[in-house]
Amino acid sequence: MKEIFSKINHQHQVISIRGLKKSFDDFDVLKGVDMELRQGENLVVLGRSGTGKSVLIKIIAGLLKADEGTVNVLGQEITKISERKLDSIRLKLGFSFQNSALYDSMSVRENLEFPLKRHVKNLSRKEINSNVEMILEAVGLLQAIDQMPAELSGGQRKRIGIARTLILKPEIMLYDEPTAGLDPITCIEINKLINEVQARFHTSSIIITHDLTCAKTTGDRIMMLLDGQFRYNGTFADIFAHTEDERVKLFYDYNFVE
Amino acid sequence: MKSGSVVISKRIDKFFLKLNDIYLFVLRFFKEAFLPPYEFREVVNQCYELGVRSLPLISVTGFIIGIVFTNQSRPSLAEFGATSWLPALMAVAIIRALAPLVTALIASGRVASKIGAEIGSMKVSEQIDAMEVSAIKPFRFLVVTRVLATTLMIPALTIYTAFVSLLGSFININQREETSIITFFEQVFEAITYLDVFSSIIKAFFFGFTIGIVGCYKGYTSSNGTQGVGKAANTSVVIAMFLIFVEELLAMQIINAIRFQ
Repeated sequence: MKEIFSKINHQHQVISIRGLKKSFDDFDVLKGVDMELRQGENLVVLGRSGTGKSVLIKIIAGLLKADEGTVNVLGQEITKISERKLDSIRLKLGFSFQNSALYDSMSVRENLEFPLKRHVKNLSRKEINSNVEMILEAVGLLQAIDQMPAELSGGQRKRIGIARTLILKPEIMLYDEPTAGLDPITCIEINKLINEVQARFHTSSIIITHDLTCAKTTGDRIMMLLDGQFRYNGTFADIFAHTEDERVKLFYDYNFVE
Repeated sequence: MKSGSVVISKRIDKFFLKLNDIYLFVLRFFKEAFLPPYEFREVVNQCYELGVRSLPLISVTGFIIGIVFTNQSRPSLAEFGATSWLPALMAVAIIRALAPLVTALIASGRVASKIGAEIGSMKVSEQIDAMEVSAIKPFRFLVVTRVLATTLMIPALTIYTAFVSLLGSFININQREETSIITFFEQVFEAITYLDVFSSIIKAFFFGFTIGIVGCYKGYTSSNGTQGVGKAANTSVVIAMFLIFVEELLAMQIINAIRFQ
């Protein structure tokens, strides 16, 4: 199990959510969610498919609107701020999508340059190149710099997706199912990368997953979403070691088939 | 079981909600088109992609249309011994109607479907969300640039189509009636008026805007994965073509009203 990262600032919350509710038509997905992300920690949100994990981080990123509740990100209440202020918050968020969401028509280099050129003014060609190369080196894919997304494997696409978010040096990383659809070896590599990102870029992260290996390897703290609310909050051992909850047991048994 | 009136009422509601959605989309275009940052480079890219890359298809089609329409019109004029009027007839037909209409229809097939499929696949693969969370305005980068590109390029392509069609017409007339190029173009310019030229160009602006906005709207609002992308591409073409014919009909009434004032 991952050692709790020594640089976690337990006093400073970078994300704080209270009473968050979200419904789609008549289906209540989030039924009053409370959570906080502390500075420097990797928080894993566990839950079955369709429990609203992705909805939660999409609300944090301002991609979906909350029906009720407060969502405070880096000191700003994002449900009440203007589009311009939301954009300034978004620049401090890195969002790694489940399917990587790389821009198909652009090469790896262009994918990384695209946000950089738009948000960091007066960069010379040399500075842009060195930034792109540094980030690609950090994710171990410098050799793919001139490839197109279609030429990359699933794992490589994930890495480039993470690299693209890192190029703007975010304070918070949001990972949506980082290991979904990957083979076990690539999953281990991605988990390792998530920890490396935390250590090297000093990010605070929310990792949405239903993969317990990912949760165990990357999470400093784990919150479990059941029936639209967080039911468990603690380390991996706290939640799974002595649980009597059948739903949690089932989750564990399914992930770790003997 | 739902009664017929409930079903009809729901459909009417849905229709008006959709109409309101389209209205808001168009309104958003005008709002965002004038707000910085301006995506000049992307507009130029799109002008190249959507306009310049359509040139081969437009050239071949325009040229063939010039030949075919000249050939088909000749027997009718020959009955009255008026084949010498062919250049004038073709000029009026091409400049007033054929060039803008043919260009717009070809562009609907090529450009509207391309825009619908491209933006649709970006939507379903979360690339638009990726732009949004990177604080890059996807509407401005994807929609405004493409609509501006089609609005600017369709008039330019219309002028080009008119020229190529007239060239096709001239070659046909030259072969059969041995009319020289100078005589041909003298008759062409005698037959057309400023109103013909400007009305066609203005019409082409509207056609271009329609093609761009329909393709973008269908792509931007697509859902249901790859099936939705296919549907977006397909309906973009159908709706754009339908609207172009409606606009042509309206434009004809307005222009004729001005012409015969």
